[in-house]
Amino acid sequence: MKKKFKILIDGKELSVKHGQTILEVASNNGIYIPTLCNYVNLEPQASCRVCSVKVNGRPMTACTTTVRPKMEIENDTKEMNELRKIIIETMFITGNHFCPSCEKSGNCELQALAYRLKMDVPQFSYSFSNKDIDASNPKLMIDHNRCIKCKRCARGIKTDDGKDIFAFKNRGKKIMISIDNELAKNISDEKAQEAMDICPVGAILKKERGFIDPIGTRKYDNKPIGSDIEKLMEVRS
Amino acid sequence: MSKPIVATTALASCFGCHMSFLDIDDRILQLIDLVDFNKSPIDDIKTFTKKCDIGIIEGGVANSENYHVLKEFRKNCKILISLGECAIMGGLPAMRNNKDSIESCLKEAYQDSPSTINKNNILPNDEELPMILDKVYPCHEVVKIDYFLPGCAPRADLIWDALVALLNGKEIDPEYKTYKFD
Amino acid sequence: MEKTVNNIITHHANDKKRLMDMLLNIQEQFNYIPDDAIDILVEKLDLPKVHILETISFYHFLTLKYTGKYTIYLNDSVSAYMNGRKEVAKAFEEEIGIKFNSVTNDGLIGLFDTSCIGMSDQEPSALINNKVFTNLSPEKVKEIVKNMKDGKDINNLMKANLGDGKNSHKLIHSMVNNNIHIKKAILSDDYIPGSALLKIIEQERMEVVNEIENAELRGRGGAGFPTDLKWKFTAKTPEGKRYIFCNADEGEPGTFKDRVILTEKPELIFEGMAICGYAIDSDEGILYLRHEYKYLKKYLENILDKMRKRNLLGKNILGQDGFNFDIRIQLGGGAYVCGEETALLESTEGNRGEPRYKPPFPAVKGYLDRPTVINNVETLCSVVKILNKGNYWFKKMGTEESRGTKLLSISGDCEKLGIYEVEWGITITEMLHMAGASNVQAVQIGGPSGNCISQDEFENQIRYSDLGTGGSIVIIGNKRDLLKDIVLNYTNFFIEESCGSCVPCRNLIVIYRNTLQKIINGKGVQADLDNMLEWEKVMKMNRCGLGQTSFHPIVTTLKNFPKLYESKILEDSDIISTFDINSAIKEYCNATGRKPNIEE
Repeated sequence: MKKKFKILIDGKELSVKHGQTILEVASNNGIYIPTLCNYVNLEPQASCRVCSVKVNGRPMTACTTTVRPKMEIENDTKEMNELRKIIIETMFITGNHFCPSCEKSGNCELQALAYRLKMDVPQFSYSFSNKDIDASNPKLMIDHNRCIKCKRCARGIKTDDGKDIFAFKNRGKKIMISIDNELAKNISDEKAQEAMDICPVGAILKKERGFIDPIGTRKYDNKPIGSDIEKLMEVRS
Repeated sequence: MSKPIVATTALASCFGCHMSFLDIDDRILQLIDLVDFNKSPIDDIKTFTKKCDIGIIEGGVANSENYHVLKEFRKNCKILISLGECAIMGGLPAMRNNKDSIESCLKEAYQDSPSTINKNNILPNDEELPMILDKVYPCHEVVKIDYFLPGCAPRADLIWDALVALLNGKEIDPEYKTYKFD
Repeated sequence: MEKTVNNIITHHANDKKRLMDMLLNIQEQFNYIPDDAIDILVEKLDLPKVHILETISFYHFLTLKYTGKYTIYLNDSVSAYMNGRKEVAKAFEEEIGIKFNSVTNDGLIGLFDTSCIGMSDQEPSALINNKVFTNLSPEKVKEIVKNMKDGKDINNLMKANLGDGKNSHKLIHSMVNNNIHIKKAILSDDYIPGSALLKIIEQERMEVVNEIENAELRGRGGAGFPTDLKWKFTAKTPEGKRYIFCNADEGEPGTFKDRVILTEKPELIFEGMAICGYAIDSDEGILYLRHEYKYLKKYLENILDKMRKRNLLGKNILGQDGFNFDIRIQLGGGAYVCGEETALLESTEGNRGEPRYKPPFPAVKGYLDRPTVINNVETLCSVVKILNKGNYWFKKMGTEESRGTKLLSISGDCEKLGIYEVEWGITITEMLHMAGASNVQAVQIGGPSGNCISQDEFENQIRYSDLGTGGSIVIIGNKRDLLKDIVLNYTNFFIEESCGSCVPCRNLIVIYRNTLQKIINGKGVQADLDNMLEWEKVMKMNRCGLGQTSFHPIVTTLKNFPKLYESKILEDSDIISTFDINSAIKEYCNATGRKPNIEE
């Protein structure tokens, strides 16, 4: 049995065990730390940097940093939320995120984070990117203008015999998701739905599934992202 | 004491934000008690007759006329609000922004589309026409904008709450359900 | 082709972890990586096709398109521009008749840009079919292109003498010059290969580590982490396979000191690796050589052979039972970020060079998930010297917290460009004097990821806690336009070289560049300056050293040369400075033939 010790998140004392990440500890205790490239049951990647918290004054990603004794963590502070908002804003302007015409609107994590962090307008100029929209696949549609390069698809979606369908291509600002169309055209309907669900934005869509939820009933229409975690705390206290 | 004066306009847009504005239902009666309107489609005053406190802009800047109107608003209004996605990020009209060129857009619309009959192959060039800009600009990339109320269209409650807050000198603190980009 | 590719795969024992080598070999064979070759790799190695494409598309020198019979990569670093790169580039375009990043229709010549190739003291320079051509001029370009069109051998493209020192060795056969101005501990001529190994095999492993600890040696890559600690962390891990890497991927623009050590003192490096192997009980070392230095590979492999013959490498080294250690050279594929140690490991494993998140640190989980020590070239050389001459000797040089010597690669606006091995603690003024520099506006210390300092700091010292550096020094004269000629170039460099994984490094640095361009264009406002300082906090949230420093060119000059920026910005106004109605209607007027009629 591992010994427990205490850490502080935004002044709140938590009793924790070695080996857990800051994100796990926070979630288990009803504290929401915003995430984007992280996804349930996937190895963390720590590339979006949205889950950054200050650990004893230094920025660290909550999804990869394991708790240690004497950690004092700043999470839901004005400063951290402002910095996260800037990251979100850069994603909005780098791609084309015209929400009214997007099938994922209302269920989109990028949009939900913008709501939660109160982004009214990005402080940067829109780039109006003109990347490929690939509808050649019988089941999926890929809009590269919406892709935020979280690589969740590449990490989570494989063929039934375990082959990779998605990966990165290029580097830097030219980076994009590449798809093995040969493998992708034979995926099952369930797998296609999984691919759409794992994508936090509207970059991967299952055909004939767009706009299926009426406005008002979508995931983030009424409750901010993270409220399911925070509800945990309310229930306990 | 005189009431605060509000001006509104619709640039490159569908007028949906104005419709949503009218969607505040019976609160429109309170609104008339609260403010006077100057240049606005609501009272059909075409040009500014006095300085205004709040200017509400729907739509982005797609042509030279939009540009002139927006500049007039900036000149005559203490506070400018970008209302809705088109004003904030160009919106639907800005879907032309990532196309090759104005020329290809015009050709697609007036010459090459299957439904077009344009015997003389003329691109619209009458001197009366406003000149089309190289892209549709969000308003804040042309003049300074003070507040942004997102939505397509923005919820009526959002518009109402924001106006009331501003008129009372308070910070706009929108309710989650009313604050949407679609 | 099938046979060639199959041979390459077999040559690397069908090991998918050697994908980098296979791809590099295929590229070398065909001057691109054909789709059919990828399919063979997929089949033989059981790797997903998207994975192989991910790796190929990451590296500058791996391509999916044919790069020409003669492939020219012209360096586009600051030092190149300072010495006439613009004219040379123009001459290449005119003589060949194509623009950059394209290949002639007949497939004869391909012309491409490339980031700093480590020749800052002999710019402009280019890599042509992996051979270095230095001190280029429009006249020389004419000669080169003519000879290409005549189908001449790569060695006969241009009349030039072979370089100094070992550069004229038949296995290097290069016109590169060492330009060594000062030799001290590392470059001194008193080194006898094997002498340190002979000493340490009499000692316990920990004694060796202790000697390094007592010498207070710190990593020479720039971060300055104590070398002995790195070794101890690895030595402490449970018994089993451990690896030792030498990081010879010096890509920081303006640095070229490792190139000179690799040319003149490779035995020092390899001996240092063997000593580390002894100290932490590892039997395998890998030297990761940047692709730009491929011209040294044969020579280095020959040195390794010689050392094996003398039993300085191999089994039971110098007769010491059980002391086995050997080294192979891993060539990079052209990616600055692979100088980051975990990206270097990813690359060696055949992946895109994306830095890993830490912890776990390589000391615990490194190459192939095994404990791994990664040391800089210069660090390993210092190790040999310390063990040869003792820690007291070493500590007498330098300062209290920066012991020993440092190789500086000095380039830019000075008379004597080249390598200076100095003791830590030298002031900038002393250094400038040494290099024959006058009328200096700024000095870039530690390359673009370092600090651009003004005269206010010229009395400061080069040492870890003052002006720390991995060794790149670029002197910038009064006549240069600092923002346009230097800062913009450096920022573009980082945009080009970012792995693209972390969002701020991928996106925000482009915004930084655009904002700088806006200021240079005379459209900047005070808020731009304030923002650029504020965004610093976001950039520091990036995963690796590249992302955490890529804003340095802008922010250090903004802090050290505020007037340069302030003099260019506009008064605050209700109208957004970047919007220009007349240029916005231009396209429409051209399309319709109307005349602009904007009344302001």
